[in-house]
Amino acid sequence: MDVAVTVNGTPYEREVEARKLLIHFLRDDLDLTGSHIGCDTGNCGACSVILDGKLVKSCMLLAVQADGSEIETVEGLADGDKLTELQQAFTEHHALQCGYCTPGMLMSATALLRENASPSDEDIRKALQGNICRCTGYWNIVEAVKSVAR
Amino acid sequence: MTTIAPEKVEVGKSWLGESVPRKEDRRLTQGQGVFVDDVKRHGMGYLHFVRSPYAHAHITSIDVSKAEEIKGVYGTLTGEEVATLTDPFFQIASEPGGQIKDFSLAVGKVRFVGEPVVAVVAETRELARDASELVEVEYEPLPALVDARQALDGAAPVLHDDAGGNLMWEGVYEWGDLDQAFAEADHVVKIPELHFHRFNSTPLECDGALVEFNRGTGQWTIHTNNQFPGFAAIMMGPAMRCGLDKLRFVTQDIGGGFGNKITSHPQLVVCCLLSRKLNRPIQWTEWRTDFHMSMSHGNERWFQDTEVAVKADGTLLGFRTKALDDAGAWLRYEPLGGVIWAQVTPGMYRWRHIRVDFTQVATNKAPVSPNRGYSRMQHLWFTERVIDIVARELELDPVEVRKRNYIRVEDMPYETPNGCVYDSGDYAQMLDIALGLIGWSSMDDKRRDAESRGKRLGVGIGSTLDSGTNNFGQSRLINPELQFSGNNEVATVKLDIFGEIVVTLGTTPQGQGHETTAAQVVAEILNCSVDDVHVRAGHDSYWNSHAGFSGTYASQFAVTGLSAVKGATEMLREEIKRLASAVFGGVPVEALELAEGGVRIKDNPEAFLPFMACGAIINANNAGLPEDLGVTLNCRYVYRPPFQVPDVERKFGNLTLTYATQIHVAVIEVDPETGYYEIVDYAAVDDCGKRINPQIVEGQVMGATAQAIGAAMHETFEYDEDGNLLTPNFYDYHVPHALDMPPLHTGAMESPSPFTPLGTKGMGEGGGAGIHAICAAVQDATGKIVTDSHNPYHRVWELMR
Repeated sequence: MDVAVTVNGTPYEREVEARKLLIHFLRDDLDLTGSHIGCDTGNCGACSVILDGKLVKSCMLLAVQADGSEIETVEGLADGDKLTELQQAFTEHHALQCGYCTPGMLMSATALLRENASPSDEDIRKALQGNICRCTGYWNIVEAVKSVAR
Repeated sequence: MTTIAPEKVEVGKSWLGESVPRKEDRRLTQGQGVFVDDVKRHGMGYLHFVRSPYAHAHITSIDVSKAEEIKGVYGTLTGEEVATLTDPFFQIASEPGGQIKDFSLAVGKVRFVGEPVVAVVAETRELARDASELVEVEYEPLPALVDARQALDGAAPVLHDDAGGNLMWEGVYEWGDLDQAFAEADHVVKIPELHFHRFNSTPLECDGALVEFNRGTGQWTIHTNNQFPGFAAIMMGPAMRCGLDKLRFVTQDIGGGFGNKITSHPQLVVCCLLSRKLNRPIQWTEWRTDFHMSMSHGNERWFQDTEVAVKADGTLLGFRTKALDDAGAWLRYEPLGGVIWAQVTPGMYRWRHIRVDFTQVATNKAPVSPNRGYSRMQHLWFTERVIDIVARELELDPVEVRKRNYIRVEDMPYETPNGCVYDSGDYAQMLDIALGLIGWSSMDDKRRDAESRGKRLGVGIGSTLDSGTNNFGQSRLINPELQFSGNNEVATVKLDIFGEIVVTLGTTPQGQGHETTAAQVVAEILNCSVDDVHVRAGHDSYWNSHAGFSGTYASQFAVTGLSAVKGATEMLREEIKRLASAVFGGVPVEALELAEGGVRIKDNPEAFLPFMACGAIINANNAGLPEDLGVTLNCRYVYRPPFQVPDVERKFGNLTLTYATQIHVAVIEVDPETGYYEIVDYAAVDDCGKRINPQIVEGQVMGATAQAIGAAMHETFEYDEDGNLLTPNFYDYHVPHALDMPPLHTGAMESPSPFTPLGTKGMGEGGGAGIHAICAAVQDATGKIVTDSHNPYHRVWELMR
């Protein structure tokens, strides 16, 4: 089946198997390997992307369901070499270790901050509840997000 | 979140002790890391494993023909082929475990649910998965053995006929004089059974590989996230009947390891065989369910018939116990767990009379292998459990019992009853810091406040000795025939033609920030900026110099890795000075110093040779240099810690070089109606000697804490009586998320190790402390003795019935 999407502002058209997951489409067909896979059950959030302005887990959608949509992935966050405030905050607060969950965390936190520029600690923790990190214990991730809240 | 840390002493500008931002982060925050599943090759085939649905069964037939007929299926591999093409993996065990025949696919029999039986390779991952369904395997089911305590019963099903039973390894460890200790004791505290449960760290990235076979040279290139390629190589080479030069391991970024990514060598062999058989690159990425069912569970252990000799005042004299370790179906790194615990034999305490009868058995469950805190975590949990049970039986304060028995700061360096040398530390002060962080002095008020809300408050203490830098000679205590001892790590530091400072490491980091801390050490010695130091990301066994024990495991980089970096950089510094001495017409090297990105004459800073000039002279403009200069500006150093081979007869010797320490205190509130409990306050205090990058150290402390909370409250690999894993995914195996995290206070002390070049100690595995702290808090809150390391709400509820 044909799928046409815009990812980080670039239009793509590909023919895919109907059963292909969106995350595999992004990673394997479009070579956007920044979004990751950490589970088979929709729990871990490493594949989180923003689809038509809404945060989704791209392993829970088929590629064909994304037809016609605009997708944002971690590769689209920075403006060239200029990191976003949030990306910078992740470094400053040591909010990542292995970095495998980081793209999903950044997308979840980006979606949160667009909806709520002044989230409380509780808001942040709730927003990140769907993203698993096995390295940091989340404390520094929450601090990083908090540091860029208005 | 609060943090207390030692005051920084400013002695001029130093890169050591600075929380410089990590070099790794720039690529990782932009999705530009290269993890194994990101590596692709033209024409690659996706591998999917057909796995056993039975815990124990004979394989009566395998038919792959229907799968192979499908368009787009490239081929298959069966156990029968593996048994022809390879030899069984080398076994670490002596008798009887050493007799088992372990291949990379099941041969003749399956021994756990999820064991790989056939590999199918196809054009897409989806097709490989579908085609696997068409592989017909006939089984003749056998009774399953899932409880290690029944493994040695005559009636138990036997996994490995070659071993003549389920006993894999046993050994008696005894030091001091047990009879005397028990004769002197005022009390003998008896603990019938304690159980440390099965779980692991579930790194978010599962195992994987992309393997290419070069037919012309006979070499395999193995892009993989295996975290100890040196070990994988010595397992794979002999099995595949090839020299280690034929196995090239390449990693860049690894999505968490925690020890769980050490034993993927069977799967890597399958990839190698198929890349040769099918003449195409093979891509294998493990699914989460596959990981849970088949990879690297932590050692499940029972402690039975424990007896503790205690004086009336709470002075501990000694203990004896029978440790029973469940290895699962194969010995993939085992039975090393049968000796690793002995690095911390007495835990934090001064008792001198200790006997452990250690037995390891096979069961129809996933094979165990190292998991953050490997084998010491189980033993330290046991010693801490003993403290709190003794305190309760004798009606003493657990804090006082600890302080009475802790190895004291004035005892350091302290030789344990089995010859290990604890290098430094002040446990009593660490405990005071931790108790201060959770407001110990006002705990009675907090208890009353909790009671007024219908809750029961509990406080618990746990500790970890993060023994790091192994002496591999300890393997001889398991098998005297083994020819391993000592340890080593290597680094190269060079000055390139335009003055670039380029560092390679022998390690395979998984988030520990090696690129950053290595750069800090180099910058310190060359008196330049960390920004000027380029540490090659990841590891490539073709290009990175590496030593026999190279890898990232067992809390050692701050000692082994950084000492190698230090050694290589000091060599480079001396070479730069020798070169400058020649260029400056024989100025003595003592008169030279490195500064501002070059070398200069101390008394005449105008006479300055930038690194760029040094690199250019040696590499491209070297005519006329003295013949005996002996300078390459490309320096390799192997750090070898000072170890002796342990005494095998007495099981005596120094098994690890450093002992980083963590003390954790948990405060919980339990709802007596339901057993539901919350951690309301938490402190973790760490002492890992000199900290090169305090922020990275604190990050490790936090991560270990989170894993401890998960393991203590939620995470377990539990099997039903037929050997089915009940927690094969993140739905059933709950790992903590952001809302599960309690308020955390961290504290740090620095007791430099007298035994290491930088005063550092390896660290990062402190999670065992937290598991015990929560157990002890549950005991305190419920008033019931806690005998299991895993205490989900229902178990707490049952305790209170």
